[in-house]
Amino acid sequence: MHETDIDLDKRRFLTQTAAVLGTAGVAFAAVPFISYLKPNAGTLEAASPIEVDIAKLEPGQMIRVEWRSQPIWLLKRTEQMLATLEKLEPLLRDPHSDDSIQPENCKNRYRSIKPEIFVAVGICTHLGCSPSYRPEVAPPDLGKRWLGGFFCPCHGSRFDLAGRVYKKVPAPTNLVVPPYRYLTDTRLVIGEEQEEA
Amino acid sequence: MRNCPNKLIAWIDERFPLLKVWNEHLAQYYAPKNFNVWYLFGSLALLVLVNQILTGIWLTMNYKPDARLAFDSVEAIMRDVNFGWLIRYMHSTGASMFFVVIYLHMFRGLLYGSYKKPRELVWILGMSLFLALIAEAFMGYLLPWGQMSYWGANVIISLFSAIPGIGEGLATWIRGDFVVSDVTLNRFFALHVIAIPLLLVVLVFLHIVALHKVGSNNPDGIEIKQHKDTNGIPLDGIPFHPYYTVKDLFGACVFLTVCAWIVFYAPEMGGLFLEPPNFIPADPLKTPEHIKPVWYFTPFFSILRAIPNKLGGVVAMFAAIFVLFFLPWLDRCPVRSIRYRGRSYKIALSLFALSFVSLGYLGSIPPTPIAARFAVVFTLIYFGFFLLMPIYTRLETTCPLPERVVWPPTPFLQRTGWHWDQARTTIAYFQTKPYCQKIATSWQQLQEAMRENKLLRKFL
Amino acid sequence: MMRYALILFFLWPVLSWAELSAPLEQPKINPGDTASLRRGAKLYVDRCLGCHGLKHLRYLRLKQDLSLSDEEFKTLFPWLDRPTGALTSNLRDEDAQAWFGVPAPDLSERAKALGTDWLYTYLKSFYADDSRPFGVNNWVSKDVAMPNVLWDLQGKQKAVINKGQIERLEIVEAGSLSPQEFDRTVTDLVNFLAYAAEPTQLERRRLGKYVIGFLLVLTFVAYRLKKAYWKDIH
Repeated sequence: MHETDIDLDKRRFLTQTAAVLGTAGVAFAAVPFISYLKPNAGTLEAASPIEVDIAKLEPGQMIRVEWRSQPIWLLKRTEQMLATLEKLEPLLRDPHSDDSIQPENCKNRYRSIKPEIFVAVGICTHLGCSPSYRPEVAPPDLGKRWLGGFFCPCHGSRFDLAGRVYKKVPAPTNLVVPPYRYLTDTRLVIGEEQEEA
Repeated sequence: MRNCPNKLIAWIDERFPLLKVWNEHLAQYYAPKNFNVWYLFGSLALLVLVNQILTGIWLTMNYKPDARLAFDSVEAIMRDVNFGWLIRYMHSTGASMFFVVIYLHMFRGLLYGSYKKPRELVWILGMSLFLALIAEAFMGYLLPWGQMSYWGANVIISLFSAIPGIGEGLATWIRGDFVVSDVTLNRFFALHVIAIPLLLVVLVFLHIVALHKVGSNNPDGIEIKQHKDTNGIPLDGIPFHPYYTVKDLFGACVFLTVCAWIVFYAPEMGGLFLEPPNFIPADPLKTPEHIKPVWYFTPFFSILRAIPNKLGGVVAMFAAIFVLFFLPWLDRCPVRSIRYRGRSYKIALSLFALSFVSLGYLGSIPPTPIAARFAVVFTLIYFGFFLLMPIYTRLETTCPLPERVVWPPTPFLQRTGWHWDQARTTIAYFQTKPYCQKIATSWQQLQEAMRENKLLRKFL
Repeated sequence: MMRYALILFFLWPVLSWAELSAPLEQPKINPGDTASLRRGAKLYVDRCLGCHGLKHLRYLRLKQDLSLSDEEFKTLFPWLDRPTGALTSNLRDEDAQAWFGVPAPDLSERAKALGTDWLYTYLKSFYADDSRPFGVNNWVSKDVAMPNVLWDLQGKQKAVINKGQIERLEIVEAGSLSPQEFDRTVTDLVNFLAYAAEPTQLERRRLGKYVIGFLLVLTFVAYRLKKAYWKDIH
């Protein structure tokens, strides 16, 4: 019987080793299957940075381009528009963009690299509708205190002209500012961060 | 906490016969203890099936069953998708290895008479599986939409047009078009990824249920149920689990190592598993110089070419597969295992194996006149094996059967027979080679080093 | 005796099948040789890409696999702003049909379809033949529609004919490269095509070692496990 006892010990040891190795093997084998589902080279390339020419952008005009199947807004703000930003700050939920998503060099009052050019992902941070651009001051439907900004028709969220969200609306944070950089004064690359000088 | 799993099992068992199934098919399924290496291929086939289904599902996520996109989408899987190359090579290697395993599994049946009473239904279900597998592989081969995919499918579907009267209409119906086209690709895709895999799974289930009803045969071809202990357990039977689960696990590891070598270092297997012309997109206007099916179909393709008449060739090719269904009734010898059968069957089976391999080889080369003549000879041997079987198996002088299975197995050096002599000669030849001696010495050294180590010693 | 008979039987059709075209030479292909791939890529872009695209090879992939810096990439593909898209050719099929009689095939997987030996020998086997539209024929692929794009490097070759069959090719006008340099150049080109046919092949071979190593360890443990359990089968 003594021999059998030793055998059982060995058997247990080998069973456990085989189980551990087998589990590790299954885990290794799962890696390619899981990795397979990540965005592939074609998708990543389609999502790669795009170049936008803003030479023809008039003051007060906004254009929309598509990047990663999302609307990207490029707005050239006038002096008057920039002046509204400071005035509205008491009405905003996150005026200093502490809880919002933007590149480090856009974490300022204008939420942009150059104050006049505003770049943002045109998707409401509430439930993903695309807000409309409402530059006019005090239109009847938005009230007297409206100094221009973005209004989401889905659930009534309001943002100022730097995409900062108002208090007492459903959207929790400011509009997302994507990474972008200036190639020249009139050419932007959306999707790449400005390199540190 | 410790008996939590037990509680869970008990909870399930009250609602589902979990333990009953586990016991009937694994823990208390008594398999003969004298299984040899031939008995591995059943579980290996199951392993390959799982691999094919898993990798197949993943490939489907990026494959596009559209004649304009199919080729490019396969290349996108190979190049752009993360690990897509690995998943696809696992699938393509798996397809070929499926046939390797299945052919060996079927040959095992021929060696040890596994098709004989009472296992006729196991055999017929197995043959139906083989037929479904052929359809599955054939349709799968069209999907990459390369030159071989296209022209191979074209040739095989045209075979149906040889049937008198309805032939042309039937071929058109199969294609859904007047030539192999996008329509054909689409329906083959549907059949390849859903219909036939479902059929395969159902048939595998039935094959195993039927097997476990009658019990496994063994290399001695005698019934282990004739000698039972007081509990009704066969004296020569051992529970499938753990004994055969650990044995099959070892077999599966060896098999997976071989497969991994193919996947990582020879995925095209020198043009056998993935044929060179299939790296050119399908071109309906340009036939490749030499059309041949993948290696696992070449024996049947050879038979097709050996008959100098279109209808005759088609009939012969299908007959070559269907004749196997009748094996249980063609073989009149009461003895199952080749170990105790007469010389006539041994010679017949050797000739059959030789003709099958030769037909496979001849089907992969262009039909030169001499190759064509050889193909005819081997086709005759192929059919002769089956059609003359009722005669030569009745006249067979068999050896007396042992009362109980031979245990322990005869040591390698004491086995008698021409093939064992050959095996020993071959091994002796390699033993004289310096590199083999080198491997043997390093293995010795490794074992010694393991013995030195406290942890590694436990493995020896 | 039986063994030799079998060998003869299996070799016979292969021997009888040997065709009457050029014997194929075997270049040393090594897709791990980045320097060779870079030279091959340069040659391909200069002399082949005009007609033959590599539509399944992405610029970005090429840039990464050949470790090209931004400047090197710019030198290789001066017309590109950034590495997006794949190496397609600008030759339209209709134009190719008009100029050469056939569309120029995409060569993404051609190294797998034809084999590197064939490609190498083919590229070296152009010879002068006035009966052809471009004044050259090819020993490996008779009456091919393609002109010899490497002629200035190789020089002009002439077929030496013996009993109505081509026996060998010989250089009658030297090119800008010596025969050894030319062989190396063609090897680079074929090596590049071999890489392009399966850019993942290096990753595959690298990963294989670990997978097989792991499986061998697992096999060993499974073997000992089997032995341990089967001790009680008497």
